Amino acid sequence: MKTILLSTLAFLSIGCAETIVIENATVMTVSHGTFKGSVVVRDGKIAEVAEKVLVPQGATIIDAGGQFVMPGIIDCHSHIAVDGDVNEMSVAISSMVNIKDVIDPEDIAIYRALAGGVTTVNVLHGSANPVGGQTIVIKTRWGKSATDLIFEGATPGVKFALGENPKRPGNPIGRGAPGAAARYPATRLGVEDTIRTAMTEAKEYKAQWDAYQAKVAKGEFAIAPRKDLRLEPLKEVLEGKRFVHAHCYRADEILMLLRVADEFGFKIRTLQHGLEAYKVAKEIAAHGAGVSTFSDWWAYKVEAIDAIPYNAAILQKKGIVVSLNSDDQELMRRLNTEASKVMKYGGLSENEALAMITLNPAKQLGIEDRVGSIDPGKDADLVIYDKNPLSQFAKVQKVFIDGSIYFDRDKEVSGRPAKELEKNRLIEKEKPQPITTQAPAPARRPA
Amino acid sequence: MVATLSVSFAQTPTAIAIRNARIVPISGPALARGTVVLRNGLIEAVGENTTVPSDAWVLEGEGLTVYPGLIDALSNWGMPANLAAPSRPGVPQSVGPVIQGNLPAPPARPSQGPEDRPATTSWIKAADELQPTDHRLEIARNAGFTSAVTFPMRGIAAGQGSIVNLAGEKPRDMVLVPAAGQYLTMASSGGGFPLALFGTIAYIRQLYLDADHYVQVKQAYAKDPQSVPRPEYEAALEGILQSQRILLPANRMVEVDRMIRFAAELKQPTILYGMREGYRSVDLLKKAKLPVLVSLKWPVKENDTDPDDVESYRTLEVRDRAPSTPAEFQKAKLKFAFYTDSVDQPRDIQKAVKKAIDAGLPREEAVRALTLSVAEIYGVSDRLGSIEKGKIANLLVTRGDIFDDKAKVEMVFIDGKRFAPPPEPPTPAPPKPTAN
Repeated sequence: MKTILLSTLAFLSIGCAETIVIENATVMTVSHGTFKGSVVVRDGKIAEVAEKVLVPQGATIIDAGGQFVMPGIIDCHSHIAVDGDVNEMSVAISSMVNIKDVIDPEDIAIYRALAGGVTTVNVLHGSANPVGGQTIVIKTRWGKSATDLIFEGATPGVKFALGENPKRPGNPIGRGAPGAAARYPATRLGVEDTIRTAMTEAKEYKAQWDAYQAKVAKGEFAIAPRKDLRLEPLKEVLEGKRFVHAHCYRADEILMLLRVADEFGFKIRTLQHGLEAYKVAKEIAAHGAGVSTFSDWWAYKVEAIDAIPYNAAILQKKGIVVSLNSDDQELMRRLNTEASKVMKYGGLSENEALAMITLNPAKQLGIEDRVGSIDPGKDADLVIYDKNPLSQFAKVQKVFIDGSIYFDRDKEVSGRPAKELEKNRLIEKEKPQPITTQAPAPARRPA
Repeated sequence: MVATLSVSFAQTPTAIAIRNARIVPISGPALARGTVVLRNGLIEAVGENTTVPSDAWVLEGEGLTVYPGLIDALSNWGMPANLAAPSRPGVPQSVGPVIQGNLPAPPARPSQGPEDRPATTSWIKAADELQPTDHRLEIARNAGFTSAVTFPMRGIAAGQGSIVNLAGEKPRDMVLVPAAGQYLTMASSGGGFPLALFGTIAYIRQLYLDADHYVQVKQAYAKDPQSVPRPEYEAALEGILQSQRILLPANRMVEVDRMIRFAAELKQPTILYGMREGYRSVDLLKKAKLPVLVSLKWPVKENDTDPDDVESYRTLEVRDRAPSTPAEFQKAKLKFAFYTDSVDQPRDIQKAVKKAIDAGLPREEAVRALTLSVAEIYGVSDRLGSIEKGKIANLLVTRGDIFDDKAKVEMVFIDGKRFAPPPEPPTPAPPKPTAN
């Protein structure tokens, strides 16, 4: 099968700036219920969604009879589309590195995520560093350049990480590169200390720049402070211009981080994973952080031992914005069924389940005015499923981003033989040619 | 005729004339029969009707073709081994105790961040490290090369390349341009920061931000040394500031796009090198208007791969199409040159260039990409790269069309001095009656 998904396969007819009407579908708006009706898309935006719409003249009509339309899925925690390592392992504070610099628009995982209905992705630095690298929100616009993948206007983030992962490189066993020097910190205490150190430095750095800018404003002579790429993003965190997405599992470390953030006067935008968040839901709600968690993974390591599949539902009932993420390029392709698990564990409604992978992550990323539900004025990021997307039998038929088709199941399937043929041609071409300098040996038996 | 050619120069003649040879000056149309006169290391005259000066030693060029001497646009010929190791993206390399002499050694403890500047030796100039005894210089001459832009290649900001002639008794005889650009790689530092690709990018970005800041602080200090604190001297930043251009690696199309944006951000005149997926990147490069260096090491299928491993379509396509990159560049009128990229055996270079010719690059354009285009990219086309009056007398003389299977390098001239490859060892062939 792996031969089939070639990296060049997505030359679909991507037409924009036209009017498309998706008719006769079960429309799951997430924001205002589910009904049989139509969605009108114009100039890349949702123009109208209703049971009955007036079909504009010249519109392309897609009959989705018996099918389901939902907003494009948003994965709030992923590491796809990254060239090179997703961790800068060498230092405990790696906020100078930026995912934006290493976006790989040709990572096949983008296309596969797209084929699973994912249209927006929060691409994060790994969790090897208490203060990790800068993160970026992208759309899965397969076939476009790295720059064109970026979700324009979305607030960038920085990754923080607590617990096992960031302290592991400090221990003699289990550190990253063989022969690499042990790196501080090696304990949870040290993780807190590292974050405090980073934010203290960032505060001083911000003060330097503020003082400089004040002098310049007064017309006094001043030499600009040295621009420090490590502290720049943390200064932005203090200024509220950059979100903190913090990897965490245990309740104690979550409380620690919220206290540190309150003390330094910044906000934790999302707690990533937050497997024990249900134990401290009140405190999280008071801080205003969102939680992006797994559906039903637990006990895969010691610090995940107290994870429960009711986490998402409990947090939601406490008034916290909750999303379900993949953290994995394979799981990413079936986030729809991950969402359905909160109906089994916690008894959430169909709509609440869908919100966990659409509107809620949009809110967490501050892009809910653009994506996350089917409402007029929002980006036409839509997924058509053949069955109810909360069913494990549902298959993605078409995916729209900004009103353009980026995945079409029919074209994908019908296009495979031609691609296979082209690939085989190249394999044959590369095989060594038989040596023809000598005349062929006479046939041993008569023809 | 053979006797005339094998004249060995006991002393350097004041002038040499090669007459009745086919001349491919690259700067203009080829001359079917012409004469080149070399004097004092320069080309004194070239033309169809050029008269041979009375004091010149004469080489009968019947059956020979004269080209400008080849120039390797990105090389480490002449570099000592500890500087020459080419770095590959993502492969950790130890910087080790750098260089002989009085150059500072890198910090012993692992680097904690960009400010430590591990893997930066931006101050090193190839010209200062040249080793005229490097045996590769002779191999290169035997392949028709007379000059190279040779670089220290170890580390991230590895140092400054120099344009050198490939012969000379002392390094100072060989150097044409001591500082031709800073060689940047996407390597990791080995142990400390940076380890990942985005670490390296952040590292380089910080280096250039710091260089800018360094200039500001130094200027402020110069104006008012009594109240502005004295800036610390930083060799790494001095090296960056001395470099009039940078070289950035880009093989995949994604990397071409990334490095074009990075070059714009760093605001440095930039040459991109690599170009494995150049054939796909023509539009990007045309828009960016950056000169590029195409590696002559075409991608090949690795030996001993798992036969059950299915290669991606892209991998297959790249192997099939990579040699068509130069032809695509030429059609698009991009400024490009070749570099040997550690393909240094004369036969292998010839085969590699032939592949590009077979994929549609006109032969003369192939020669240009190894001569005049290199000189233009590095801004020395007033001295090198073509057979024109007044240029340095670096010439390549072949029997047969260059880069053909049967072509033979008869000799090269460097600064007007003749160097001939050793006679080829007799090939064990079936005994034939000897002719002549």
